Amino acid sequence: MTVLLETENLTKHFDLGHGRQVHAVDGLSLAIEEREIVGLVGESGSGKSTFGKTVLGLHERTAGRVSFQGEDLPASYRQQDFRRYAPHMQMIFQDPYSSLNPRMTVGEIVGEGLKLHSDLSGREVRERSAEWLQRVGLEPAHMSRYPHEFSGGQRQRIGVARALILEPEFVVCDEPISALDVSVQAQVINLLDDLKASLGLTLLFIAHDLSMVRYVSDRMAVMYLGALVEVGKANDVFFDPQHPYTRFLVAANPEPDPRTERRRAFSAIQGEIPSPINVPPGCRFANRCPQAMPQCREQTPQLIPLQEKGGREVACHLFG
Amino acid sequence: MSALLEVRDLEVEFDTYGGTVHAVRGVSFDVRAGKTLAIVGESGCGKSVTVQSIMGLIPIPPGRIVAGTAELRGVDILGRPEVDGRDVRGDAIGMIFQDPMTSLNPTMTIGDQIAETLQTHRGQDRPQARARAVELLEMTRIPEAEQRAGQYPFEFSGGMLQRAMIAMAIACEPAILVADEPSTALDVTIQAQILDLLGDLQAKTSMAIILITHDLGVVARLADEVAVMYAGRIVEHGTADAVFHQSGHPYTQGLKAAMPTRNSRRDDPLQPIDGSPPDLFAPPPGCAYRPRCPNAMRICERRDPPAFPLEPSDASRPSSAIDVVANTNQEDAASGSQAPTPRTPPEETDIHPAKDATAAPPHRDHFSRCWLHQSEARAHFAAAAAGDGDPP
Ligand SMILES: Nc1ncnc2c1ncn2[C@@H]1O[C@H](COP(=O)(O)OP(=O)(O)OP(=O)(O)O)[C@@H](O)[C@H]1O
Ligand SMILES: Nc1ncnc2c1ncn2[C@@H]1O[C@H](COP(=O)(O)OP(=O)(O)OP(=O)(O)O)[C@@H](O)[C@H]1O
Ligand code: SF4
Ligand code: SF4
Ligand SMILES: [Mg+2]
Ligand SMILES: [Mg+2]
Repeated sequence: MTVLLETENLTKHFDLGHGRQVHAVDGLSLAIEEREIVGLVGESGSGKSTFGKTVLGLHERTAGRVSFQGEDLPASYRQQDFRRYAPHMQMIFQDPYSSLNPRMTVGEIVGEGLKLHSDLSGREVRERSAEWLQRVGLEPAHMSRYPHEFSGGQRQRIGVARALILEPEFVVCDEPISALDVSVQAQVINLLDDLKASLGLTLLFIAHDLSMVRYVSDRMAVMYLGALVEVGKANDVFFDPQHPYTRFLVAANPEPDPRTERRRAFSAIQGEIPSPINVPPGCRFANRCPQAMPQCREQTPQLIPLQEKGGREVACHLFG
Repeated sequence: MSALLEVRDLEVEFDTYGGTVHAVRGVSFDVRAGKTLAIVGESGCGKSVTVQSIMGLIPIPPGRIVAGTAELRGVDILGRPEVDGRDVRGDAIGMIFQDPMTSLNPTMTIGDQIAETLQTHRGQDRPQARARAVELLEMTRIPEAEQRAGQYPFEFSGGMLQRAMIAMAIACEPAILVADEPSTALDVTIQAQILDLLGDLQAKTSMAIILITHDLGVVARLADEVAVMYAGRIVEHGTADAVFHQSGHPYTQGLKAAMPTRNSRRDDPLQPIDGSPPDLFAPPPGCAYRPRCPNAMRICERRDPPAFPLEPSDASRPSSAIDVVANTNQEDAASGSQAPTPRTPPEETDIHPAKDATAAPPHRDHFSRCWLHQSEARAHFAAAAAGDGDPP
């Protein structure tokens, strides 16, 4: 297996002025292998989208390193860097309603990337766009229509076609299904799965829905307040979570089965995620962790592999 | 135990430029004290309109309540904002909306907003109401409630706002709490806090909950009973266990197959429901699910299926409100439903589909509005008739 994309201590702080900073992503290291699907989960505001965007150069990074196919990516992108990397790395956005320009036709939206990043003729671009619309289960006849004429699931397909028409190697899918109905979610997931198989895609799949992430992903990475707390095989993390936060997260995920739900000794996590402006010292989860020890408030736990758990990585003083 | 709220034959329409939207087309259900009824279904199927019309929140015009009743402890409240001088909303029925910002006033502190509700509905004086507001915020697990009560909505996080909304909705100790997508906008951790809280409050106060969502996981966690809506109708109803584990209606089965379960693996692909819900301007004749239904038969095209009982909880009491269509036409025979032609019950008539649609099945009876279950219904009637010699 070869690593396709790797981050090392990737950090993104947003400056709020007056010396205040949002520690959205704080020293995140993750290696994604070719043709792998890594699911990224975690509470709202934990920095998942910021991580995805910073990896793609959509945010300038504060510190750390990102490499793609062994080559270091620039810390801040200039126009020619986007031209260079856009054909290889793309993003599918969460909201199928606001992420498509309402004044562009579907054909223009889907073909835009090719127009910018290839030297195909207008006719060739249109042909390829039509082909991609078919590939995602829409009609070439839809080319001249506008986004508002489509349902949520159809719009998400347009977003998928737009991101994949350049046949990138790596795609960040930021909550590609959470705005969709159950019946439409399955369409989009199956579509991504098919395209993954036919194009050999590598995906970072950001989502709230753990059942879906477990189903879709090879590995699962759990994020809390800007840092990773657990990384491992998706099934292992889901069925045998180790980090106290992951355990809450998994327990919080409702299963569509009343019998499972009745059997579950369930208690929701208490308290609020701390503000990323005032990141507490030590373990970031300490103020909500039922197992917190004195050392947790002083020393920041690092991700360490657990031998007995098949190399699962956990950042918690309970281990090691 | 009789129902707190009995909704019968509710029909609601909207006049729009494009024509009349038949948003709710004959919906009936019961709500019982201490129990949670979940209403599930695809976006646009009429879940919100159903509860909003009960709450008197439908804008009229363009909305119109065409038919139906909603009896709260025996008094019809449909289309009446006040009953005996009391506001039904906020008093007997509290409501939580999907988007907290639509129902909170951004210019007033959270504490004052809750206190105001108590002053209007409960005639409490200001200090009393303020003290109670803080208690309510504590009950909904807002940390440092005293201090938080003096803050404005923008100072609260999404999860805290949702809890503040719950505090406001339960301020007057309503008998029924309507929660329209209370957790859709939240992530799973906060969602879990909210569901936990609703369950606790229900255990303490015996309030009934009507929970609207399209998340079947949320339903499994909270619901006692489930009503599955499709295109303005309830197409399946029953206990949560029955609806999840003995799903009758092809649409319910479709929803379940579209979701990954604990055991599903990548090699068994999810089964999406192809197509989209019908246009509610001109609902098609026959079964509204037919264009997407893998089991569709010829009869489905022409006649709307009535509610057929499936393994009712009380077999000795055939559900009289559910009419079984008598004449088996060729379509049924062709479809392979081999009804063991039972002794036809006296009332068994071929009634008009529009009337079938309004049949109100008794509480807890599991029913499905699908022609596939006609034979089960027949068998049930036959068993009941043979069992105690007391034909329905
Ligand atoms: N452009 C920005 N300027 C300032 N702060 C930002 C900006 N973008 C994100 N943040 C902050 O960074 C933190 C992480 O946000 P991010 O959107 O990455 O979280 P997330 O994990 O994607 O959450 P969600 O699940 O809600 O999408 C949050 O506190 C957010 O408010
Ligand atoms: N004010 C209105 N004017 C016109 N049509 C309306 C109005 N309110 C609702 N409708 C229509 O009534 C139908 C039912 O809408 P409703 O809001 O009840 O759906 P829902 O099941 O709650 O969906 P969702 O899951 O998206 O909230 C839809 O077709 C909708 O477009
Ligand atoms: S390091 Fe300490 S506080 Fe953090 S998760 Fe582990 S036990 Fe809890
Ligand atoms: S009545 Fe016919 S079309 Fe409708 S759900 Fe049943 S089998 Fe399908
Ligand atoms: Mg995000
Ligand atoms: Mg709604």
